[in-house]
Amino acid sequence: MACIEILFRISDKFTATSRHYVDRLFDPDPQNVLQGVIDMKNAVIGNNKQKANLIVLGAVPRLLYLLQQSSSSLELRTECAVVLGSLAMGTENNIKSLVDCHIIPALLQGLLCSDLIFIEACLRCLRTIFISPVTPVQLLYTDPTVIPHIMSLLSRSQHTQEYITQIFAHCCKTPEHQMVLFNHGAIQNIAPLLISPSYKVRMQALKCFSVLAYENAQVSMTLVNVLVDGEQLSQVFARMMQRDKPIEMQLTAAKCLTYMCRAGAIRTDDNCIILKTLPCLVRMCSKERLLEERVEGAETLAFLMEPDIELQRIASVTDHLVSMLADYFKYPSSVSAITDIKRLSKLRHTRDFCNQLDHDLKHAHELRQAAFKLYASLGSNDEDIRKKITETENMMDRIVSGLSESSIKVRLAAVRCLHSLSRSVQQLRTSFHDHAVWKPLMKLLQNAPDEVLVMASSTLCNLLLEFSPSKEPILESGVIELLCSLTQSDSPALRVNGIWALMNMAFQADQKVKVEIVRALGTEQLFRLLSDPDTNVLMKTLGLLRNLLSTRPHIDQIMSSHGKQIMQAVTLILEGEHSIEVKEQTLCILANIADGNTAKELIMTNDDMPQKIKYYMGHSNVKLQLAATFCISNLIWNEEDGSQERQDKLREMGFVDILHKLTQASDPSLCDRAKTAMQQYLA
Amino acid sequence: MASQPSDPNKTTPKSQQLFSCDLALSEQEKELNQRLRSLYPAVNEQETPLPRSWSPKDKFSYIGLSQNNLRVHYKGHGKTPKDAASVRATHPIPAACGVYYFEVKIISKGRDGYMGIGLSAQGVNMNRLPGWDKHSYGYHGDDGHSFCSSGTGQPYGPTFTTGDVIGCCVNLINNTCFYTKNGHSLGIAFTDLPPNLYPTVGLQTPGEVVDANFGQHPFVFDIEDYMREWRTKIQAQIDRFPIGEREGEWQAMIQKMVASYLVHHSYCATAEAFAKSTDQAVHEELASIKNRQKIQKLVLSGRMGEAIETTQQLYPSLLERNPDLLFMLKVRQFIEMVNGTDSEVRCLGGRSPKSQDSYPGSPRLFNSPVHKASSSQTYQTSTYYIHKFFFLPAWVKKTLPEGYYKKRDKTTQVSITVSFVLKLIGTPVLTQLSTGPKKYRFLVPIPSHCTAQNNTEVEMEVDHFSNGVSESSSNGFLNGSSTHGIDLEELDSAQSKRQLCGGSQAAIERMIQFGRELQSMSENLRRERGKNSANKKMLKDAFSLLAYSDPWSSPVGYQLDSIQREPVCSTLNSAILETHNLPKQPPLALAVGQAAQCLSLMARTGSGSCAFASVDDYLH
Repeated sequence: MACIEILFRISDKFTATSRHYVDRLFDPDPQNVLQGVIDMKNAVIGNNKQKANLIVLGAVPRLLYLLQQSSSSLELRTECAVVLGSLAMGTENNIKSLVDCHIIPALLQGLLCSDLIFIEACLRCLRTIFISPVTPVQLLYTDPTVIPHIMSLLSRSQHTQEYITQIFAHCCKTPEHQMVLFNHGAIQNIAPLLISPSYKVRMQALKCFSVLAYENAQVSMTLVNVLVDGEQLSQVFARMMQRDKPIEMQLTAAKCLTYMCRAGAIRTDDNCIILKTLPCLVRMCSKERLLEERVEGAETLAFLMEPDIELQRIASVTDHLVSMLADYFKYPSSVSAITDIKRLSKLRHTRDFCNQLDHDLKHAHELRQAAFKLYASLGSNDEDIRKKITETENMMDRIVSGLSESSIKVRLAAVRCLHSLSRSVQQLRTSFHDHAVWKPLMKLLQNAPDEVLVMASSTLCNLLLEFSPSKEPILESGVIELLCSLTQSDSPALRVNGIWALMNMAFQADQKVKVEIVRALGTEQLFRLLSDPDTNVLMKTLGLLRNLLSTRPHIDQIMSSHGKQIMQAVTLILEGEHSIEVKEQTLCILANIADGNTAKELIMTNDDMPQKIKYYMGHSNVKLQLAATFCISNLIWNEEDGSQERQDKLREMGFVDILHKLTQASDPSLCDRAKTAMQQYLA
Repeated sequence: MASQPSDPNKTTPKSQQLFSCDLALSEQEKELNQRLRSLYPAVNEQETPLPRSWSPKDKFSYIGLSQNNLRVHYKGHGKTPKDAASVRATHPIPAACGVYYFEVKIISKGRDGYMGIGLSAQGVNMNRLPGWDKHSYGYHGDDGHSFCSSGTGQPYGPTFTTGDVIGCCVNLINNTCFYTKNGHSLGIAFTDLPPNLYPTVGLQTPGEVVDANFGQHPFVFDIEDYMREWRTKIQAQIDRFPIGEREGEWQAMIQKMVASYLVHHSYCATAEAFAKSTDQAVHEELASIKNRQKIQKLVLSGRMGEAIETTQQLYPSLLERNPDLLFMLKVRQFIEMVNGTDSEVRCLGGRSPKSQDSYPGSPRLFNSPVHKASSSQTYQTSTYYIHKFFFLPAWVKKTLPEGYYKKRDKTTQVSITVSFVLKLIGTPVLTQLSTGPKKYRFLVPIPSHCTAQNNTEVEMEVDHFSNGVSESSSNGFLNGSSTHGIDLEELDSAQSKRQLCGGSQAAIERMIQFGRELQSMSENLRRERGKNSANKKMLKDAFSLLAYSDPWSSPVGYQLDSIQREPVCSTLNSAILETHNLPKQPPLALAVGQAAQCLSLMARTGSGSCAFASVDDYLH
């Protein structure tokens, strides 16, 4: 009790003194006000409690008022900016309060003053506010005159340079921001700062370039041509990656070069990428680096080499990267251990310790997702690298458990990694099956966010390939309904993956499976997909149809129940404006139909269809000619019921002449095909 | 012995290309030396030479060497692993490299590409690939495995084959090794490496050929960048080294060291001011410091006679008790006489010495005579040997090293002419030396071409000798000089003629006489105190100055350099301090000396971090 009382009394006293400070801001004598502000400055330094008190007691609006009053002395205005900057250094709540009091426009207005000391104080405060995650960066761009003015302040002093570049580096989050800064000459104005005598200025300028160049071809293309003190910017960046430079600088310079490379401004086989940037990023993944650095390093490296197999090959042998990444999973040893410690520490009321653990736990997630991303990138093209990855200690187990982690980021990265590895026939046959990866994958597919679904379903497509041993158990787990529901998604990517998976599933499948697919999908949905605006969806749907319509009994059965609709759909596509590939696929379906016993009649009795086939046999594209000829060949095939009648009917329609002409075709396979067909008549 | 140094220059290049080959070779040699120096500045090659090629002596017979012992090819049957063969480099890797690196280019993978690149200790069986035996380490091309003293390899890196450049880097700080392939680091291969490993390659099937690059060419991998990282690491380690825990202790100690250093070198005004501002006591009376300062200034300005006199006045018994010290001072006095700077010869008139007595700046720190005897000696000078000795006083001859007599040039026409001329003007008899000006003219520098062609005009035309030593005219070291009544002459740096004893005849006579006195002093000393090789050598070197027409550019001319006054000055200063029971070396110099010693000890005991902790880096 006594303890609490003392606490109260102390806080009372605090409020009282705080009140006194605020009161002095209203003193009629400007000299007293100035002294009051100076005393307040000294009182708040490093004292969060005092800062919070002053904010609660309404010091901020008064300080802002004094700061904006042109009648205030410059000294007073400067001191006000300093105190506000100090208040901003406190907690995130402080920042929120300051922003709510419209401190940003007030400070930006202050930048129009000519006095450098005052400008620096305002910029310093703005910097502190803008680098906080709670400040909406958009506030920097609301007034279009702000950016050009700030840009012009870059030349004023080392301090303005440091603060402004830091603000830019934090407030450039979207392509729009990039373009605003770019259009106001950010590159020309900031480039010379890369050789500033001040480390802080150099560093912040470098950070500016990394955010400006990210996924921005225009900025990147401009950057390669910039000279700093007669030296190309890429050389300046390369020098900043030297191993005796601070890690932060090496990493940021590597990011700049990575973004420039990905934007196409630097070739991937340029020495500064292959011999400097890549090894630098690999070093950033080493155990000696801080957790944040390892995460950033791995993510940047993954981004750098994603499209380039040569970089992937080099990275895979550099400094044991593949096994180095395995260490990312050893931190912390296990999640349950952390929660145990947390429970324990709560008993001891050590909140800081707990926060530290939360922080660590977050890093553990970050590390794992970064490692998965990098593995995904490493293994996206080369079979040997994939093998190396799956042979890394417990790798498949890690992916499997990653698929069911609480953090979405980790799940997404894990499934990306799995997807990358699933491109390997060998891995599908071995490790994927051994570790039953399909189970967590199926689980992941149930109500996951779209981005996870895209990756997961894409992986599933590969797992459903005919030679994949996982195909059977997946089928048994009732995946068809799920895939059919994907085909109804708004996202084209999900529709493609859904229908693609069904297509793979239907390949050489049992009658039962095929019937199940048709039943679950429903003909209505099937035809909706055939008129899908996305060509990929259309192609895969046709592929599904083709796979469904294979082996004679299956063809006849499906055609007997859905023949009319299918023939309609085929007619529609053949008549419509479609690419060669689509038409070819459709003709192949028609050829399959022509292979059925009873299904043949659906073509023969159709008034239009033989004419269409005839048309495509005379098409300028060999592929279409081939497919159409194949179709006819099936229709006139001997040894089948009614072959004679069909041959006669088609002869009447002039097909023999066409076939004869095609036997003279220059394409050897078309020629062969036509000859085979002709033989049916001769026999 | 495997580590016989082999000079690639000595291998005879074949056929007619001899000349151009030699040129290219020396060019390559130069580049190699330059690169090795810049990569491994801390290595003392006298003690631990760097590997520069494969050793023709330390290899298995199935190995053939060519191209200055840099190319290795296999010449065995290559049927079984028993036919494996290796070769080591000429020298082991010195620890003082800190980080050592070499590259091997695969010229041809031969039949099967069973090539191993790595390291091995001396004496490891050469009928094997590197890595298979104890103290042997290798990375093999056929499977990409690393072999760490074992017949079974561990998966390590990619395979390598024709056209690839494989690098091997030994980190002697943490005793690890990593390889590179075409400029990309493959990561640590070995840890806990023993010291003194040799670069080694092994081949096993016919047709295998590899080339080594020990620094002859730029490396594919950026090894300098890796070294930069380690230099930064080591320096950060030094910077972060924990110092005294109690507050102010460290600072107080530093201040003490600085103060004692200032006092030791008699910078009394500075010492006083420093002691005052840091609140310290000076352990020596100001007057005493000033006395020492006075003497030091005399020594450093070359005025040895006065210096000895002043010392005898101020510290009456010091030199009596230290005859060796006195002898050293006198020898220096003799040298200064030759130089023309000593007070005794200066007052003898003639031309006042110019430039010789200048002393550049303040004393060099810590008596580290970096100044080496100049070994470059012009041919013109050497042709004089024979004749000079002819006329040399006997006491000079006596002290000259024997080699001087033997080291004659093949007598040429020129020297005969000169000899003749010299005979005309001087007589080789000691007694005649003092009789007339002509007699000792030969001691005055004579430009050879002048003498050779106009043998009648031996009159002293010394203009051709330019004094190469352009010395600073600053007397900045004189801390508070005006109060001590020693005024040094204004220097005229434009004047650069050097003449023996300042060019005065009387001075030369005095010098000769002084030389005799010195000789007898030496004999007395030997009689009384037994042989002293240091003294003997000192005297011999000093007298040797007279053997040259231009002592300043002679092989012993370094003695005339004002920098040589420093050790004398410091020895005298220390002796004086010792009589006052003060340390004869300032603690700061002691600490620096210890640090330097410690580094060389580290180099000898295999601690690679000495490479990146040069004491000089910390003395700005």
